[in-house]
Amino acid sequence: MTDRVDHRVREDRSPLDPAVLAGAESFARSWATAVIGSSYVPMTRAEVAQHLQDLTELLVEALFASPFRTAPGYEIGSRLVDAHFTGTDTLGRTVQLLGDDLLGELGFPGDERLHSRLAALQGALAAGYARALRERTLAEQEAIRAAVLDARDQAEAALRASEARFRAMFTEAAIGIGIAAIDGRILDVNQALQDMLGFSVEEMRQYNVRDLMHPEDAGSVWRLYDQLIAGECDHYRAEKRFHRADGEQVWTHLTLSLVRDDHGEPQYQVAMIEDVTDRHLLQNRLRYQALHDPLTGLPNRALFLERLGRVFNNRAKHVRAGLCYLDLDGFKVINDSLGHDIGDQLLVEVGRRLDHSVSGEGKLVARMGGDEFVILVEGSSGEQDIVDVAGRVLTELEVPIRIAGHELSVSASIGIVERQLSGTTSADMMRDADITLYWAKADGKARWALYDPERNAREVARFTLSATMPRALERGEFYVEYQPLVRLEDSTVTGVEALVRWQHPEFGRLAPDRFIELAEETGLIVPLGRWVLRRACEEARRWLEEFGDAAPFVSVNLAVRQSRDPELVRDVKQILDECALPPHHLQLELTESAIMGTADEPLEALRALCDMGVRIAIDDFGTGYSNLAYLKHLPVHELKIAGSFMEGLRAENEEDPVDSQIVATLVQLAHALSLGVTAEGVETPAQAARLLRLGCDTGQGWFFARPGPPENIDSLLRGDL
Amino acid sequence: MERPNWAPGDIDLERPSVARVYDYWLGGAHNFAADRAVAQKTLETMPEIRDVVLNHRAFLRRAVRHLLGQGVRQFLDLGSGIPTVGNVHEIAQAADPEARIVYVDLDPVAVAHSRSILDSNGHVSVLQADVRDWAGVLASPEVDKQLDFDEPVAVLMIALLHFMSDDEDPWGMIGGYRDRLAPGSFLALSHAGYEANEETDSSREARKIYNRDVTRTTFRNKAELSRLFDGFALVEPGVVRVPAWHPESPADIGESGKRFPGFAALGRKEQR
Ligand SMILES: C[S@@+](CC[C@H](N)C(=O)[O-])C[C@H]1O[C@@H](n2cnc3c(N)ncnc32)[C@H](O)[C@@H]1O
Repeated sequence: MTDRVDHRVREDRSPLDPAVLAGAESFARSWATAVIGSSYVPMTRAEVAQHLQDLTELLVEALFASPFRTAPGYEIGSRLVDAHFTGTDTLGRTVQLLGDDLLGELGFPGDERLHSRLAALQGALAAGYARALRERTLAEQEAIRAAVLDARDQAEAALRASEARFRAMFTEAAIGIGIAAIDGRILDVNQALQDMLGFSVEEMRQYNVRDLMHPEDAGSVWRLYDQLIAGECDHYRAEKRFHRADGEQVWTHLTLSLVRDDHGEPQYQVAMIEDVTDRHLLQNRLRYQALHDPLTGLPNRALFLERLGRVFNNRAKHVRAGLCYLDLDGFKVINDSLGHDIGDQLLVEVGRRLDHSVSGEGKLVARMGGDEFVILVEGSSGEQDIVDVAGRVLTELEVPIRIAGHELSVSASIGIVERQLSGTTSADMMRDADITLYWAKADGKARWALYDPERNAREVARFTLSATMPRALERGEFYVEYQPLVRLEDSTVTGVEALVRWQHPEFGRLAPDRFIELAEETGLIVPLGRWVLRRACEEARRWLEEFGDAAPFVSVNLAVRQSRDPELVRDVKQILDECALPPHHLQLELTESAIMGTADEPLEALRALCDMGVRIAIDDFGTGYSNLAYLKHLPVHELKIAGSFMEGLRAENEEDPVDSQIVATLVQLAHALSLGVTAEGVETPAQAARLLRLGCDTGQGWFFARPGPPENIDSLLRGDL
Repeated sequence: MERPNWAPGDIDLERPSVARVYDYWLGGAHNFAADRAVAQKTLETMPEIRDVVLNHRAFLRRAVRHLLGQGVRQFLDLGSGIPTVGNVHEIAQAADPEARIVYVDLDPVAVAHSRSILDSNGHVSVLQADVRDWAGVLASPEVDKQLDFDEPVAVLMIALLHFMSDDEDPWGMIGGYRDRLAPGSFLALSHAGYEANEETDSSREARKIYNRDVTRTTFRNKAELSRLFDGFALVEPGVVRVPAWHPESPADIGESGKRFPGFAALGRKEQR
């Protein structure tokens, strides 16, 4: 029976039967709708439909197959899973749909036999599906577990690799690395640090970070350390020295970093330490080179100034200090004549002797440059200390220096400053030492000079005067006073001497002795002299107009420099012309040295002036060394005898025979040369009387009148007095 | 100094992972109890989730097939997840065995699994990396080995960017990849999101559970998604609901299509 049915089925209801085929297709569509969306299947909807269509056909074939086998059911279940119909609803819906719809769709709704076959195939499908799903699930579970293990292995390997890298970095690093707990216990140090400090790891672990303190550590190193440990800062850099195991020192650059845990709490400290000892020593050497004179090996100017600055910054230590500022006399000559090589060797020897003679605690010998040396004495007790040093130096230099067969005698000039440090500065001290050295030179060299504040003040004043003089002339601070020249015979005022004064805004009224010399030095004497000459000539012209024949001539002083001024004759002539003053109303006074010591040109100028009609007088006669024979040939009209010879004629009832004799001789000499004689500095009636008796022509001095404004002369001429 | 992205202790099976929860929703068994618990809980709250993820995955298939049709043979799959069925290399290499693929994911388990099944496939590499580190990804040996940036490359970001907040600058990241691409390259993107007022209560609830138990998400609407395509020209039909992007049959769009909680698009890098 089974065979018959089988036969019938196979023959009459082949799967290729179009009706059955259409039914299968329709069923496949319903099936697709039922299962799509319960899991991801990597197919288009059409592909899904096709797939299920194939499975349906397989099923239909099995349904009618002879002999009947359930294996295809099993296979269909498993192929569903393979296609990833793995959703939880898939099987239920499939089984239900098969039972409900398949036989109807195929056109055998009531066929009992097919029903029972279908039930068997449903069972097989469910079993195949369950089996496949179970396998798939187990496989995927296993795969994902394996993946977890792999991932862990990977992560661990990566961690190990990274740890190994860090370890290698730590051990191999050329820089020293150390790790310590927050309480300072040293936990680990790398090889570089062990080598650097000369301690093994085990030894280092005995230490606390604080044991590595060095007496030279800057305060900030440990202040920052405390902050780091407290978590207030995360890292800092410092320069630090360490003691090595062998007692040597290591200079390092230290970077200390804080390592925090996951909660941000300080956990470790990591030190990176770089050995910079070589660099440090090199720096020291460079610093030494920068601070020392390569020729003599002595400290140089920079080091000296640094030391001097330190003396001043450290006044607590010393109250006083002294300086010798030394310069060789005539070094340039040696250098120029014997060559730089000898000059250099000389400097080396001088440096050596200086160092030798003053060496000791608190004393520094430095070469300032060229042939200048300086000696600094810290903590001196007084000027004498430094004077002694300077004396020793000078003595030391007295012994001639032998260089390359030359026996060189050198001397030095030394400026000394010694003082209390409070109230002065290093710059003041240097300046004063320099000035004092200049004095020692000016005073004759081969000596020391001691700084003298009064002398300095004078020089400063002098300097101030010479600096302000040009402006003073422009501003009219100068004025002219006149002192009568009186004929002794009848007390007539025959002339007046013009005397320049300076009304200085700061120093008050200044006499010529305060500024004429300065004016000579600066050259201002020429315009100043011209100005005085003009003033005097203007005054003389006024007197001439007012008093006619009774008007006095003006006697104007001519400084040496003026007398050599090539413009002199022209200037005088121009002024006389402008003032319309007859030349004989002008007398020019020159000193002996100005006239005698001169070359030909000024003399020619004097001759020209003389020819013009201007009177020429020799001032202060008798104080210089006049060539009397020469005097005869000079264009001179008047001799003015220096006031110093009047001393002995002063007293009322007693006279100095020598002075008196000198004056008498001078008068005779003048008269013998047909010159007039004027006595300066006449202060008493006795002097006036004696001069008259000795035959002197004219007198000048307080006895007659002091220098005063031109109006005083007016009064005199009018006979008001 | 390079440190591993993951320490062994970080691989915690008690914590649900994005990749494994996703796998469960797709019908896979590459997951653990903790993953299944969340996945199940969200499914109970919002049964449509299954349909949503299937659609994203289907978009991946459609996009890759489309790209193959455009001649693209290189794929950079960012946030590739756990390989289940219908992976990029399967689709691509079915069309052209020479196609090259680099999978990138941050999840070490997903990556380990990918490696184990792809070990013998010389044209596929798997990279464990954070896709936000685009420079690192592009400079990796894996990328270097497989991809030739003188030729078109398709960058895939399927169901990925809703794990990046605006603060993490997805625009900058996309720009980083874009600038490396030759003209004619592509960016395929699918992303969770709604238009205003569309989100249902059940979705909100499910999202809350997911944000809390798995990871935070940022939903973006159509306009926001468009803005991620700076420097790309959108391929027709532009940014659309995920099922509506080049459907394979009208039935694919279905009922849910109109309100589907997610958008997808494909952009083509223009000639500069
Ligand atoms: C929802 S799955 C999508 C997987 C796959 N793209 C798909 O469509 O089937 C998202 C994947 O992105 C990964 N992922 C998320 N953020 C990532 C990141 N920043 N870097 C790399 N992968 C990330 C997750 O690990 C997860 O595997």
